[in-house]
Formats: sequence, C-alpha cells, structure tokens
Amino acid sequence: MSRLPFYLLVGMLLVAGIALSVHRHVAFEVPWTPGEQRQVWEVEAQVNFSALGDPVMVNLALPSTQQGYRVLTENTASSGFGLSFLEDKGGRQAQWSIREATGPQQLYYSVQLLVAPQAADQDVKPPELPREIAWERPFDTAASQIIERAQQRSADAVTFARELIRDFTGDRQGENARLLLTQFERTPLLVRLLNEANIRAREVSGLALDDGRRRQSVKSWLQVFSDDGSAVLFNPVTGEQGRPDNLLLWEDRGGAVLEVQGGTNSRVSFSMIQHNQPASTAVRNQLDSDTLINFSIHSLPLEEQALFQTILLIPIGALMVVLLRVLVGLKTSGTFMPVLIALALIQTTLLTGLIGFLLVVTVGLVIRSYLSYLNLLLVARVSAVIITVIAIISVFSVLSYRFGLNAGLTITFFPMIILAWTIERMSILWEEEGPKEVLIQGGGSLVTAIMAYLAMNNPWVRHITFNFLGVQLILMALILLLGNYTGYRLLELRRFKPVTED
Amino acid sequence: MWTTPGKLRAKGIIGMNRRNIRYIGRYNSRKLYPLVDDKLQTKLLAREHGITTPALIGTVSTQFEVKSVTRQLEGHPGFVIKPAKGSGGKGILVIEHIDGSAYIKPSGAHLGREDIERHVSNILSGLYSLGGSPDVAVIEALINFDETLTEYTYEGVPDIRVIVFQGYPVMAMMRLSTAASDGKANLHQGAVGVGLDIATGTAVRGVQFDRTRHDHPDTGHELASLRIPGWRTLLELAASCYEMTGLGYLGTDMVLDREHGPMLLELNARPGLAIQMANGEGLRSRLDLIEQQPDGVDAAARVAFAREHFARRAELVSAADATTA
Repeated sequence: MSRLPFYLLVGMLLVAGIALSVHRHVAFEVPWTPGEQRQVWEVEAQVNFSALGDPVMVNLALPSTQQGYRVLTENTASSGFGLSFLEDKGGRQAQWSIREATGPQQLYYSVQLLVAPQAADQDVKPPELPREIAWERPFDTAASQIIERAQQRSADAVTFARELIRDFTGDRQGENARLLLTQFERTPLLVRLLNEANIRAREVSGLALDDGRRRQSVKSWLQVFSDDGSAVLFNPVTGEQGRPDNLLLWEDRGGAVLEVQGGTNSRVSFSMIQHNQPASTAVRNQLDSDTLINFSIHSLPLEEQALFQTILLIPIGALMVVLLRVLVGLKTSGTFMPVLIALALIQTTLLTGLIGFLLVVTVGLVIRSYLSYLNLLLVARVSAVIITVIAIISVFSVLSYRFGLNAGLTITFFPMIILAWTIERMSILWEEEGPKEVLIQGGGSLVTAIMAYLAMNNPWVRHITFNFLGVQLILMALILLLGNYTGYRLLELRRFKPVTED
Repeated sequence: MWTTPGKLRAKGIIGMNRRNIRYIGRYNSRKLYPLVDDKLQTKLLAREHGITTPALIGTVSTQFEVKSVTRQLEGHPGFVIKPAKGSGGKGILVIEHIDGSAYIKPSGAHLGREDIERHVSNILSGLYSLGGSPDVAVIEALINFDETLTEYTYEGVPDIRVIVFQGYPVMAMMRLSTAASDGKANLHQGAVGVGLDIATGTAVRGVQFDRTRHDHPDTGHELASLRIPGWRTLLELAASCYEMTGLGYLGTDMVLDREHGPMLLELNARPGLAIQMANGEGLRSRLDLIEQQPDGVDAAARVAFAREHFARRAELVSAADATTA
C-alpha cells in the first residue's frame, strides 16, 4: 500500500494554503500580526466658488490607487447638490450638479489613503501626439533652437526632457527660454516642446503630502513617456527626475483638476492629516474588488463576519485536541466536547467559565446519582439531565444577578446538551470505574479545553485564521499528518517505563 | 518516571498510535467488527465453526421480556448476564448460585429478582453498549473453571488473552482477578497479568498496576508455578478464530472449563497493549516476523511455528531463585 498519494495530498494542501496566505499578504497587504500599524493619510479637498444663479456643474478629478498609495474610503459633503462618480479613460471624477445656486458655495471631498509600498500604478496609457503644433513668430525659431540644443546633448526621450528642462532653470536659462516664458506657462510650454520633438508628455497635478498642512494646492508635474512606454516624472521647475515619496498624483491623465460651469472664482484647496491605524482596520476598509482569488470573509455583512470569526477558530481547537490525544495521550470525556467548552470559555472568560462549568457538572452529578435510583430508560434519563442542567443554569444566573455578579450571567453560553451528556458519561464512569477515572477523564477534558481556549483566544491566532483562509488548508494538512503518526505518545513513555527497567 | 522513545523502540514496544494505524487499521476490516462487537453473533458464529463457548441459556431483546427473565433462569444453578455489545467487561453480572429467592454474587452479595430485572433493562436500553445503542442481554451458563487454577485467582474467573496476528498466536497472558479489581479480569482495574510462554504455557512474569509481581496479592500464591493445561489445544482454538472472523489483528479471550477444556469467551478487534507489560517484551519483532510468513497455512502449523519461534525462558523462576539464594 503506497503512501505516495497521501503525501501528495498533504503537500498540495500545504502549498495551496501557503500560496493563498502569501498572496493575501502581498497583494492586499494583510499583515501577519494584528498589532501592526499602518500609515493612513486623510486628505480633504475643499472646492470654493461663487455661483451666478444659473445651473451649476462642478467636476473634480479624484485620485486613484497608485504607486505607494491605496485608496481606502472616500466621502463627500455637499448640501443640495446632486453627486455622481464618473470613471472613464480620463480618470475618476466627482460631478456635482444643481439647477440653481447663488452666492459662495463650498463642496467637500475627503479620501483615506493607505501608505502601501507594494501598490502599483494602474496601467497608464501615453497620450496621443497632437497632429500639428503651430508657433507664431518669433517663438518658432526660439523653440526650434532650444529643441536642437537639447537634441544634441541627449540620447533618448528621458535625457532629452532633462536637458530641455535644464535650459529653463536657473543660470542656464537662455535668451530663447526667457522669450518663450513670456508667452507660455512653464509646464504647458515644456509639454509643447516635447511634443514638437515627437516625445509623448503631459502635465499632471500632484499634491505633496505633509502632515497637518492646510490650504495646500496641487502643483503641476511633467510626465514624460520614454520610447518603451514607461512614464517618468519631472519637476518642471527644478528639473529633478523621479517621484518624491510624499507625492500623491491627484490627477494623472493630463486633464484639469477642477472645472466649474456656472460659477466664478473657483478654487480647490487641500488639507491633510496623517494617522496610524491598526492594520486589520485598514484591511477592512479596502474598497472591495471581488475576484475569485480575493475570496474573503470580509465581503460578507458584518454580522456574518463575526460569526465566521468563531467558526474559523474551531479547526484550531480540533488541532489542539488531536495534538493532546495523539502526541500526549490525554484522555477526554467525549472527543470534541473540550472544543465546545473552549468556545463557551471565549464568551465567559476563563475563570468564570471554569467555575461555572465545575458548578454545573458537580450539581448535575449529585442530581444524576438520584436519577439512577429511579431506574429509567436511557433516553428519558438523559432528557431529565438536560432539564436539570437548564434548571441549574437558570438558578445560577438568577442568583449571581441578585448578588450583583454579572459575570455569572454568561454561564448561559455553555452548550447544555453537551453538558448533560458529560454529566451522564461521568456518572456512568463513576459507577463503573470509580471516582479516580472520573478525575482523570474530567481533568483531561478540562486541560484540553483550557489549552484549546488559550490557542483560540490568542489575538494572533484569531487574526491569522480570520484574515488568511489559506491557513485552514494548512491546518487540514497538519491534522492529516498527525493522523498518520505511529510513534509513541508522551504518556506512554511513563506507562511502559517498567518494561524497559530490566 | 519517564523513559525514552529509543528505549521503548529497542524493546519493540508498540504504542497506541502504531497499533491503531499499522495493525488494526490495516488488518481489521471495519465491516467485520460487528462479528466481534456483538457477543451473540460471535457465539453463533463460533458454534458454526465448532469452537466451544459457554452454553447459552437464553437472550432478552425487548423490555417486554424483562419480566419473564427469571423464568428462563429456572433450573440453572449459576449464570452470567452480559450485554451483547458491551466492552471492557462492563455490565457483566455473575450469579454463582440461587438461594430461594436470592441471587448470590461471587462476592457473597445478595440480589433480589428486581435487581436482576433492572440490570437486564439497563442492558437493553444501551447503558453498557458502545455509543449507547439499544442492546440485547445474553445469558450464559456459569463456567466451572479448572480447579488447578483456583489458588491463582480471587473471586472471578481467570481468563487467557491470546493475541492472534494473521492467524498466528503471537503473545499470551493470563488475567487473574483480585480484590482490587473487584473480581474483574481487567488489568487497568487492578487484575494481575501473567505473561505466558507461547511454547509451553508457563508463567513468564507477573504485573499488577504496571509493576512486577511474584505472587497473587490476595491468595499469596506464587505465580512462577502457573502452567496452563491443554496449552496446544488452547492455542489452536485461538488461532482458528482467524478463519472464523477474518480479522488479522485479534484478541481472543479464553477460559479453561473443568469439563469442556478451553472455551472461547469473547473476541476483541482492538486488543489492549498491556499484554506487553505482562510479558516484559514488545510485540513488534514478533509481528514483523509473522508479516513475512506466507498465507494459507493451517491453524496447527501456525501454532507449531509460533511455539518454535516465540519460546521464552521464565523470568519468574530465576527471580525466585535469586531471592531464595
């Protein structure tokens, strides 16, 4: 009988489990530990304008997930305005509209951004080159001279752009450059010159994130596309190449940040604040992008999520039972009864739970010993024990409430049918094998329940089982492996000791 | 207090996990379990195969029949009531003789008619059966055990457990009930286990509560002189249980009756590991040797093979000599 298929199955489960977990960690930045903090930026855009009494339409460009930042949640505030979010190849936009408005208006948009080093730009398409660029005299000669000069000192699109910008900055600023700047804005001029040299480029709007700053505005940045289609960012004023870490590209399609129809004096200003959030909250706030591989409990409603948090812990309890029975050799009364007790302990906290459990079982055993005199059929007797357990729990709840011990009320979390069977089994064990065996099995059950409770109540275990479904496959593989263990149990090392003594 | 896995392995001791996976899981087909878990089925099957078992007085299978149980018992001096699906000796009631309206246990305790009825009723409702399923009460004639063994036991009937692996008897022990075990022959309840040499049926070594013993704790009789009469017949009887049930790893419990010789008491598809303690030796090397043997050998040849290969020299004798010297 070959064990190969078995090990293949275990190996597949392990690989799949680990791969799924790593994928969730890498692709969704779900951290391995629950205490990990994540940096979150909260940026608020405030749009101000004066309405003229006509219909008003306001378009505000919105940031999307990009290199270094992931969009978590966004909110708007705008009294009386209709709002819709538009998404097309011109990027994301918020569109406010109203039939009639007069006087100063304020619109708010706020976004939460997770600092995510792994986040990547969405695929950026280079803009089309304009068909024809017309220059008036004498700017045409100035432009062609500047282009020629930069052309000579560069090798490709990126170096050309760098040389071009250098001609417009500081002491290198020549006569031609000064002439052109009198007629054109700096960034649009650079785009125009680059396009003239058949290089794709556009003006984008970036916001420098700086904690606690208010009334900031976006700055224009120059995005140059190299021959292979990748984008490089330049600071049009200094000529610095590359993207600063704290730069958020608010608008990256070459469009306007704010467009207002039916209003004047429009402007948008930004305020920002940075704070740290527990990673798990940050994960929960991620905008849902539901794919099959992103199969996650987080897509369920909150109530079901809470339920699953408990359900996903049960395999941990089962693993503890397997460990303690197969590797240690503890005897328990009812194989998985300790897991159910451990689940109840999570609700009641350890000490109150243990006291409650011992009280119920002890009183139950006393009453059960009377029931055995009545000589009843088994099912009737166990049913009687169930009613007894319910009575005991009710009495304890009322008593503890009267004495002001609210913790006593949590005793109702114990699974009553399981308790009744435990009492029945213990009672038979007592009659047949004596109190010693009851202590061994009862003690074994309690030890197992406490171990399962400690494992299931561990914050790290809760975090891992809830956020990484792949862990369930790993647990499955471990339990399968343990089911194949033919070695000695820990307690057997003591049991068989006399044999090895001579 | 603790030993090491290496020492246990050197002794060839088999642990619970290995027994479950390597032997029970591999050689005992699940569908054969009912044959041994239900003592009534075992009994009927044994009768078919010509294996002697204690005489069957009757069975009770419905609560309705409980009231008439004492009528069935009339004319029998002593009897045993057991649950057909009981395990570990649970629910076995032994009545040594009937005195008027009183039923007297080996311990001398008196029981009334209603005590008997309640016990039968409990058996039927599944109190002693695996998983609490409804059960049948089996009433058997009392065994008149061999007088040569009387001084080795206290109250209960001593039985002989033989582990039969693929039809070969691999290890045997006698279980002697004691005051501590309340007349029951279960080692973990305090019965004395005496390892038996497969070749001769003589005592090898005795243990109680996992500690070595040289004499019976209650009768004080030394154990070294223990010798099972009709040993070869007993082994062949045990070995033939393999053909009867098809179970590859089997525990057979036998008793010696004064008139009928070795009898099959019950079979166990999950025999315990304490037999290794009683023999002071692990099962591993013996099981490994049997696994290399071909199939299709008859019971007598298998017994001969086992007696040749598993012969032991008694430790009890040398130990007793050492203490007297």
